[in-house]
Amino acid sequence: MTAAASDAPAPRRARRSGWWRARQLQGVAYAMPTLIFVGVFFVLPLLLVFRMSLSEWPLLTGDRGFNVPENYESITRNSLFWPAVLFTIQYTIVVTVLLVGLGLLLAMLVQEGRRWVAFLRTAFLLPVALGLASASLLFWGFYSNSIGPLGPTLQTLGLIDEPLSFFGSPTSALMSTVFLIVWKYAGLYMIILLVGLQAIPQEIYEQAAIDGANRRQIFRRITLPLLRPALALSLLLCVTGSLLAFDQFFILTKGGPDNSTVTVVQLIYREAFQRQNLGTAAAVSVFLLAALLVLNGLWFRTLRRGAEG
Amino acid sequence: MTSSPAWTRTPYYVLTGGLAIIFLFPLVWSAIASISPQAATGQVVGYGLGNYVTLLNFQAGLAQYFMNSTLVSVLTVIVTLAVSILGGYAFARFTFPGKNLLFLLTLAILMVPYATLLIPLYVLLRNLGLNNNLVGLALVLAMYQLPFATYMMRISFEAIPRELEESALVDGAGTFGVLRSILLPAVMPGIITVGLFAFLAAWNDFIAPLILIQSPSQAPLPVAIAVLRQQTMGAIDYGATEAGVIVMAIPCLLLFLFLQRYYVRGFMSGAVKG
Repeated sequence: MTAAASDAPAPRRARRSGWWRARQLQGVAYAMPTLIFVGVFFVLPLLLVFRMSLSEWPLLTGDRGFNVPENYESITRNSLFWPAVLFTIQYTIVVTVLLVGLGLLLAMLVQEGRRWVAFLRTAFLLPVALGLASASLLFWGFYSNSIGPLGPTLQTLGLIDEPLSFFGSPTSALMSTVFLIVWKYAGLYMIILLVGLQAIPQEIYEQAAIDGANRRQIFRRITLPLLRPALALSLLLCVTGSLLAFDQFFILTKGGPDNSTVTVVQLIYREAFQRQNLGTAAAVSVFLLAALLVLNGLWFRTLRRGAEG
Repeated sequence: MTSSPAWTRTPYYVLTGGLAIIFLFPLVWSAIASISPQAATGQVVGYGLGNYVTLLNFQAGLAQYFMNSTLVSVLTVIVTLAVSILGGYAFARFTFPGKNLLFLLTLAILMVPYATLLIPLYVLLRNLGLNNNLVGLALVLAMYQLPFATYMMRISFEAIPRELEESALVDGAGTFGVLRSILLPAVMPGIITVGLFAFLAAWNDFIAPLILIQSPSQAPLPVAIAVLRQQTMGAIDYGATEAGVIVMAIPCLLLFLFLQRYYVRGFMSGAVKG
């Protein structure tokens, strides 16, 4: 388009530039809904959350003016804050290792074939289509001893004496939730890594086989390095998603037992709607935003270095 | 990798078959549990739909919650499509000042955690008179869809050869006419993918309605069911909960099964460009 305009002969340039201006205006008009949307529902709240984090802002009465840095001091004094940060990181590490690992295994299992592989892909992807809240509610019943199938079955088989307690201890509550998340999202990482696997040229494998490489060597020397971009994307999605965990803990553990499974986002919710303090809730939000921006920055730097190297 | 002789394939079938059972079992179980007899639920003796009857009569009633969810999801899809089709067209085919900045700003929504914006949005919607309002909720959900939707529509428009519309433009057709009659049919797969993702995201969202909707009768299904499980006669009603899970899951699973191609396509576009 630009090339066509500059190629126009000189006498027609005046008419051309009028046409060009009109076309620019049309472009602005088509982009206007996006501009309004991004402005009102993204930029404005983003500015507001900073403003709120610096102000005394009770849920019911609203803005009561600046109180810098009271909210930030208050959250670091909050006895739930550091445990919530630590727990969220711990949860993120466990979930990321399991999800990306299982996703890779599933992707390698469904690479080629017809009906059976199509069936497998569908089976692994079905939980992804389900909502996270629905899946959490499903497992809430699944884990219960009243209608859940696990406890009674194991008891009948004589493997356990007492009813299982899936949320009784901090560790079991974490692991029960992790199982739900891995079940729900493994198919998503399977698809992302499958796309990565299929982008690797078949000839490289054939050449390696001719050169006498065994399966393990092929996996370590060819598959893993060439899968780097897809693995990096999976890691980013999984880490950012897990750091924002809310629904699953809100529904399954409610943060218990003894507040051992309170995540950072749950803390935002509690500050805002149980302690009714939007100022401190905004401060935790800003903290979370900063943490994710740093993480994204690091990710892009590593990715660029990887691309150069 | 080349195909192996049949005997080495047996462990493969055992492993993948086992995995498929693990992935499908909870879904099948919840469907059966929702109609199975169980003490202290709406279905005490024999198999039947007692738990669904409990849901129908719970507080504002299942029909109301289903309507709330449907309204929010359809509105989110319409708004997301309208904004992202026009925006994608602008980004793909026009040049104007600030174009790249606006596109980057739209993608930047992905960089900001969901929960970070909900507290200020709660205040903002209250000032706009849109709090406790399904329209306000749909607008917020549509905003979260914009990065993916705008990106998807932009690459869909860019994939169409310009020659397709240029002859029409030379013949004096307006840019909107060209968009409507020539480009929209060509980007239909992109539209379906964006609409599908917007619908599923809105239908399943939990934290946004939990924060932005206060009156119980306005709650969409996930919030209503999560509240329901403890409030029916003070006791925990697992049966009705699983029935609720099935009600929420059926539209998602049907859409997924019919539109799997578009669904996978959405993930792939992210994965390839990522």
